[in-house]
Amino acid sequence: MYQYNEIDQKLVDERVAQFRRQTERFLKGELSEDQFRPLRLRNGLYIQTHAPMLRIAGPYGLLNTNQFRMLAHIARKYDKGYCHFTTRQNIQFNWPKLEEVPDILSDLATVQMHAIQTSGNCMRNTTSDHLAGVCVDEIEDPRPYCEIIRQWTTLHPEFDYLPRKFKIAVSGALHDRAATQLHDIGVHIVKNEAGELGFRILVGGGLGRTPVIGQVIKPYLERKYLLSYLEAILRIYNLYGRRDNKYKARIKILVKETGMEEFSRQVEEEWQHTKDTLILTDERINAIKAHFSPPPYDKNAGADTNFAPNLNENPAFATWYKHNTADHKIAGYRAVFLSLKAPDVAPGDMTDTQLDAVADLADRYTFSQIRVTHRQNLVFADVKQADLFTLWQQLDQLRLATPNIGTVTDMICCPGLDFCSLANAGSIGIAKEINQALDDMDYIHDIGELKINMSGCMNGCAHQSVGHIGILGVDKKGTEWYQLTLGGSSDNEAALGERLGPAVAKNEVTKAITTILDVYVKQRLEEESFLDMVKRVGIEPFKDKVYANH
Amino acid sequence: MQIIKDNQITNDAWEYVPDDAELGDGDMTISLSRLQQEGKEILNRTGKLGVRIVPSDSIEEIADFLPDLALVDLYFSEPNDGRLFSHAWLLRNRHHYTDEIRATGHFLPDQVFYLSRVGVNSFCPESADYLSATLAGLKDFSVNYQPSVN
Repeated sequence: MYQYNEIDQKLVDERVAQFRRQTERFLKGELSEDQFRPLRLRNGLYIQTHAPMLRIAGPYGLLNTNQFRMLAHIARKYDKGYCHFTTRQNIQFNWPKLEEVPDILSDLATVQMHAIQTSGNCMRNTTSDHLAGVCVDEIEDPRPYCEIIRQWTTLHPEFDYLPRKFKIAVSGALHDRAATQLHDIGVHIVKNEAGELGFRILVGGGLGRTPVIGQVIKPYLERKYLLSYLEAILRIYNLYGRRDNKYKARIKILVKETGMEEFSRQVEEEWQHTKDTLILTDERINAIKAHFSPPPYDKNAGADTNFAPNLNENPAFATWYKHNTADHKIAGYRAVFLSLKAPDVAPGDMTDTQLDAVADLADRYTFSQIRVTHRQNLVFADVKQADLFTLWQQLDQLRLATPNIGTVTDMICCPGLDFCSLANAGSIGIAKEINQALDDMDYIHDIGELKINMSGCMNGCAHQSVGHIGILGVDKKGTEWYQLTLGGSSDNEAALGERLGPAVAKNEVTKAITTILDVYVKQRLEEESFLDMVKRVGIEPFKDKVYANH
Repeated sequence: MQIIKDNQITNDAWEYVPDDAELGDGDMTISLSRLQQEGKEILNRTGKLGVRIVPSDSIEEIADFLPDLALVDLYFSEPNDGRLFSHAWLLRNRHHYTDEIRATGHFLPDQVFYLSRVGVNSFCPESADYLSATLAGLKDFSVNYQPSVN
């Protein structure tokens, strides 16, 4: 993974010093709340319902074990002993004290971490595929390009006060695991007819109040133009994006109101001025690529003979193997998912003890690196099949081996009303209730791939509009209600869910979900996934049952 | 009045003249709309002329006047309107403007490092109390990741 040089370290250290001065000025009354807000947000600090919330960057979801131990330290020293992993591969602490935040950032800087631009109307953490570099369907490892974009976006002097937040995601595989169509800019690594590597650039995607699927603005961009083209898009957005209404300020609205054809023309014209002045050289690409060379794989990993008997003799292990591991491009290796969705745990949460223990396991079994997934789980990307059984046993003890990856209980969930000042309704409680109702693992596995995404308000942090089942908390005269959608997807064929009907009351959500699942189980064709069935039959059969008694 | 110019606190005599006031002699800035209405005839006077740009203005519209302008004043009605950062960049990079670009109005000392990187070389903070913080803000960072004007 990328290792800081002196410049990287200096930049992060100077940022900590700057924020320390800003916090001191605020506490002394020299900065008003209005003046301090954009400054603290650009350092990941929100003022929430109960306490400040600090969001720390997980650059394209890749962390090392020292960084994990630092998260454990922060959870213990400054927080209540746990942290939360987000859909954008970041880490959140829910209980820091404002006056201690500079110290937290200073501690993070010692392990090459920061909270720069994790919030505010600026370019955010670049996200990517959690199986980058190891998956079997990869065209090229996206991480070096993510790092190049990370550096370019960090403290960009021209684009730090954008109309609204701006998110970039990069995918290098055939299967889009980074939801690139739902980002302000999506970057796909592709090959042209001559076999040369370049990028397909999408623009104008996004979730939130007005979910929109991104459109292709550049079908093929030569590698050397990556940054100049991004710069052109950002300049047009910075100059012409709406600033009169924050709900209409994302680039998706600019693209929609300008029209894709005219927007592309403006970007193209801008780009012609600068394309040759900001060239991404092969030398630079190769220098960054060197940070992501493959680890020293065991060439004989596939020759192991212990794995197969364990798989045959231990059904629980076999179930976990089937659901929580993925193919690896090197024979004898698997990518292992650590489920952060144990039944009675808030989705995406981890305790300090778990963080430390996971760091130890990663040192032992996966070259000391851990990835955070877009669905709020973790990945050990390079585990030898010979180690899988032992690793499973240890993860099981840590309650990180629930075999539910990609299933109905692997829910994406925002912090909701329990923590977030924006939320209209609770989400963690509902997630726990659904989890408790679905306690039969055989039933869950029979349902198969089904993604439930639940947000506590229409800002949509948990991407409910692209959940196969989406749950959106809304406020109706001071009480919590939930709107359901079906048929959304953030995969290659991205789609926005269709609204099932009127919102349901809080105590009816779990019943509605189990009813939807029952309709699916009874009416599906052989091997038909939930999403495919919704595409085939529409929402009516589900609607009829869910609202049968209304 | 004191401002910061080219990294130093210095005395300054530039004045902004509202559209409904008469333009006397001396170093004066006027609005873009006044400049457009009165055209190049406004240059026939004693003293230097500058123009005040607000975020919604287009830099293209002052391009023809730039050789005659000694100052472009980027006026922040509030700190978070980032268009002025692109305006400064365009003035320096696209239009090769070499005279003074000044930030005025409600910007914060915490923004002047970025402003200096995109080509702003003088700063008139909204209060004289901010002068030393503004000067210090220019040195918030000693490194950067991407090219800009500076």
